[in-house]
Amino acid sequence: MKAFAELLDRLAYTHGRNEKLRLLKVYFARTTDPDRGWALAALADGLAFSFPIRRTVIELIGPKLDAELFRLSRDYVGDTAETVALVWPEPEGKRGEPPRLSEVVKGLERAGRGELPRLLEGWLDRLDANGRWALLKLLTGALRVGVSARLAKTALAEMGGREVSEIEEVWHGLSPPYEPLFAWLTGTAPRPDVTGAPVFLPLMLSHPLEDEELAHLDVGAFSIEWKWDGIRVQVVSTGATTRLYSRTGDDISRSFPEIVEGWRGQGVFDGELLIVREGAVAPFADLQRRLNRKTVSRRMLEEYPAHIRLYDALRIGDADLRSLALCERRARLEAWWASGPPPRTDLSPLVAVGDKNELIRLWSGTRGVGIEGMMLKRRQSPYLAGRPKGHWYKWKRASLTLDCVLMYAQRGSGKRSSFYSDYTFGVWAGTLQDSELVAVGKAYSGYTDQELLELDRWIRQHTLERFGPVRRVEPTLVLEVAFDAVQRSSRHKSGVAMRFPRIHRIRWEKPAREADRLDTVIALLEPKTATGHARGADEERPDSPWFRLR
Amino acid sequence: MRMVSAGPFERWLYPTRQGLYCEPGRFFIDPVRPVERAIVSHGHSDHARAGHGSVLATPETVALMKARLGPLGARSFSAHPCGVPLDVGGVRLTLHPAGHILGSAQVAIEYGGARCVVSGDYKRQADPTAAPFEPVRCDLFVTEATFGLPVFRHGASEREIGRLLASLEAFPERAHLVGVYSLGKCQRVIALLRAAGYERTIYLHGALKSMCDVYSALGVELGKLAVVGDRDRRALAGEIVLAPPGELGGRWSRRLGDPVTAFASGWMRVRARARQRGVELPLVISDHADWCELVQTIAETGAEEIWVTHGREEGLVRQIELMGRRGRALALLGREEEAE
Repeated sequence: MKAFAELLDRLAYTHGRNEKLRLLKVYFARTTDPDRGWALAALADGLAFSFPIRRTVIELIGPKLDAELFRLSRDYVGDTAETVALVWPEPEGKRGEPPRLSEVVKGLERAGRGELPRLLEGWLDRLDANGRWALLKLLTGALRVGVSARLAKTALAEMGGREVSEIEEVWHGLSPPYEPLFAWLTGTAPRPDVTGAPVFLPLMLSHPLEDEELAHLDVGAFSIEWKWDGIRVQVVSTGATTRLYSRTGDDISRSFPEIVEGWRGQGVFDGELLIVREGAVAPFADLQRRLNRKTVSRRMLEEYPAHIRLYDALRIGDADLRSLALCERRARLEAWWASGPPPRTDLSPLVAVGDKNELIRLWSGTRGVGIEGMMLKRRQSPYLAGRPKGHWYKWKRASLTLDCVLMYAQRGSGKRSSFYSDYTFGVWAGTLQDSELVAVGKAYSGYTDQELLELDRWIRQHTLERFGPVRRVEPTLVLEVAFDAVQRSSRHKSGVAMRFPRIHRIRWEKPAREADRLDTVIALLEPKTATGHARGADEERPDSPWFRLR
Repeated sequence: MRMVSAGPFERWLYPTRQGLYCEPGRFFIDPVRPVERAIVSHGHSDHARAGHGSVLATPETVALMKARLGPLGARSFSAHPCGVPLDVGGVRLTLHPAGHILGSAQVAIEYGGARCVVSGDYKRQADPTAAPFEPVRCDLFVTEATFGLPVFRHGASEREIGRLLASLEAFPERAHLVGVYSLGKCQRVIALLRAAGYERTIYLHGALKSMCDVYSALGVELGKLAVVGDRDRRALAGEIVLAPPGELGGRWSRRLGDPVTAFASGWMRVRARARQRGVELPLVISDHADWCELVQTIAETGAEEIWVTHGREEGLVRQIELMGRRGRALALLGREEEAE
């Protein structure tokens, strides 16, 4: 628990991906089984304990600290678990040995409900402040230290000198505390055999299509599809068991029971998860309502029916198809589907394209029909894990741009921590005579290093107010912002937010009053139900404090 | 202007707009505005201001004030050692070490059979750069409350220095930029690093140099120091660089490339405070008493009445009530958030 607490503490304060990887690798290498396996499970998937943690700790601290002092402390710290960890009395005399992580996990599994408070109290007495914080975070189920399952697996891969995809292929055949996995990675045992288990197979990913590549593109060599705006998923079925995985290999079966329960046919299939009502794809925001749910109500199932639009097969029956050419896999997918399609599925249609001019014409029209863009896949490509060059391209529809006014700037993190690099910008709302700026988005990319320097200097010279790492600036600088779409947002006072915004140009010369108006932004909202689809709000980072305040 | 109305002490010791005033002795303690006679507890700028007539303080504090404010910082300075009583207009005045920074002192004043101790800022943790705090029995104790909530417990500073050295080992290609206040914290961190066996040159932001020079001149061993100057990221990779906290996210720090930013402060105990600063390695090293030290000290003085000055007064006053003593918050102007 001590090493795990130290790891969480460092991770919580470390911004860089490489630094996080290094901390994880050191921890996994230095910690023994089964503790490191439990830590891995907590970091990758979160350990779920059904335990009223908040109430229990408040009951435990009650007799130990004056209620008024606890209230003042809680108000100052802003987090109950952290406050309890900090004010918990240090034991008189020598502290007992801190519990091991595995002891905590086993203890929680075994203990009856009535025993939990006493058990927890004992552990808290044996831990220092940081250990207490880590324990309470672990019990709340949300570590929030900025480590994704993918990052944890990447650290394992680097530790064992393997590819992440090799870890992903066995991951879902194993369970915490992952002893066979560590044995393999440290070279003391062969790779775990997960034959017959419904394991995730690493996906083949695409590259954005660059102008240069388009210029030399041989259209005839490619199979072309619409780029659907759902989430990429993999269905794995052994016949007896079916699992649904996200593109990062997270098991999301529980959120979509109608898909896994109704599935027919053994194999591994690649497709797009969508919400489809009467044949029409619903906005991405509808799909978001279904994501990250542990249980799904009947009403959710009826109002947000899930659907998979299939476009590839990695295995059908016992046959591994990955070494076959795409056109061959597609033929087998079509034949399989025709012989008895699973409910709530269809095939992503192939788009017939005569030549490059027709391709460009189709692509230019994608905004009108609400499709995210096009996918170009080389007909002869085998199914290759990762992001191999020259095989699959995504060609997203052209960006929109608007002139917005810089409102707030926030310091970046890591290498950008001395720069104001994250920008919240707005457009004018109200009448022409009586206008105010309302925020429509936040961007932290698109500028050059030189422009970042200039923006940083301008911001420091035009600050009106400072709140911690954030500055409110004079509303006088116009930024031309490129973005993919406009979506509704209850988080913004403006009621709308841009998706994928980035700084396209800095309009030093443009008077702020000539920037765009909210009406213009609202006019870009896509219809509620498009024939193809509308857009969602998944990429907006909701971490800017005033997005919530205003 | 008198803000506290009842009790026997207020007849001769009370807060004014200038600061705490001892009427029979006709002097102020740590006044925030220019006055004729000032007793200064220690050299931090919110306690040691410029423009007084005569200043009485420990020899170390006088040296620090002169270096900080220049010879014109006051019309005259009298250096008075700790432990030697002095008569000031019928008031018996004695300075006692406060353990806060080099030269810091508590001011004990006896008048009409009562003894009051004005602690200034203090701490109880061992500090190689400051004489240890001396508890003094008294009737009225005037205490700070910078960390006046039970969440603040500082732990051993040696352990925090160990974490800094461990990070240096883990990230040998990155400079380690540690935010420290220029007077006290800076020299303490250096002394702690030396005590932990760190012998390499420690690099300083230019603003930290003069106070280090005074410490060295007063006999505090700080080892090899160098101002960062024109050195670039390559020269400073894997080195410890100290800078004022305001420089942590500032433009000055860019010369260090991608440093590990640390901040040595008691505030680092609370995560939100550390995150606000964008700190990667929070080091809980404080020059102020933590909660336990405040409570312990109040008990040791035996005082029946305690006045709580700057900080989280509400929490400490509540605790004093729980201890069965009289506590009251004393709003002194110019002491909002203690720079720590």
